[in-house]
Amino acid sequence: MSWTFTNDRAIYLQLMEYIERDIVSGTMAPGARMPSVRELASIAGISPNTVQRAMYEMERTGLLLSRGTEGKYITDDRARIDTMRQDLARQKVADFYQDMQHLGFTLDEVETLLAELAAGKNRE
Amino acid sequence: MQSIIQCRNLCKDYAGKVALNNVNLEIFSGRIVGLLGPNGSGKTTLIKLANGLLTPTSGEILVDGKRPGVETKSVVSYLPDKEYLNSWMKVGDLVNFFAEFYADFSSQRALEMLGHLNISTNEKLKNLSKGNKEKVQLILVMSRRAKVYLLDEPIGGVDPAARDYILNTIIGNYDQNAAIVISTHLIADVEPILDDIIFINGGNIALTASVDYIREKNGKSVDALFREVFRC
Repeated sequence: MSWTFTNDRAIYLQLMEYIERDIVSGTMAPGARMPSVRELASIAGISPNTVQRAMYEMERTGLLLSRGTEGKYITDDRARIDTMRQDLARQKVADFYQDMQHLGFTLDEVETLLAELAAGKNRE
Repeated sequence: MQSIIQCRNLCKDYAGKVALNNVNLEIFSGRIVGLLGPNGSGKTTLIKLANGLLTPTSGEILVDGKRPGVETKSVVSYLPDKEYLNSWMKVGDLVNFFAEFYADFSSQRALEMLGHLNISTNEKLKNLSKGNKEKVQLILVMSRRAKVYLLDEPIGGVDPAARDYILNTIIGNYDQNAAIVISTHLIADVEPILDDIIFINGGNIALTASVDYIREKNGKSVDALFREVFRC
């Protein structure tokens, strides 16, 4: 887990994005137990209150489940995780496409570039 | 949230020179608070008032509902901005000294942390490096189970690795019912561990806010905002 935080946005939002990414990518497995607030705070070098806020938000959306004193667990609802994976991918693609439009590329040109990338042509 | 420190119209003069001017603020339990301001802005004065080392010229400061004194000292753990321990003492003697002096001190916790740093209890404080001296002082202060921790410039003059160690020690020992006040002008370094900030300038409180609020509202870090507010 390598987490660095930028200065312009609340840290709890950035922490949520890192954790979501790790869940989607499988680095944190479905149904696995989350590290404690204190552990996460120590790993990330941030305030335990910030960690708690991020955990609370993720619990509210159902990504994390609380089992009383046992701590928090990642949901084992794979369909839900997959939906989140799709949503994150769509968001990334939308951001990318917007950047390309700013550079003056059409969808066709972008598709060509992507095809080239997939074929390994522009790896030199 | 429960308020643990309250200042009401708090003023402090030194021989006619104003150090704190009509300060009104509250610090809450369970928060890590940055007391941020340039040199000479009144940070240390405020901390010394909270600790009972100074008395107000007018107005009042209450800690855990009481005026600073013998009773509040048992709930306040204070790290001064300069070396204050007898440098000829051995580290182990300092641990015993704290254990005798403070009912809420955990020798086991202190010895554990010293062990991680490979600092021998037989070493005299004066023979340690500057960074290790500061770490030992912080370890002693954080090994108490206090309601308020007042840390005056805990990361002044240490290298980045020592700074990370110190910040991690603060997070790792933090009891979520306690308040931690960290005074510093090295804002970027402490920003990630802060919940709330107090900007102080020329003895006046310029701003109090949560770090999340500053980032959400201004789209910039506390450090960037500080540079704006205190531009010379």
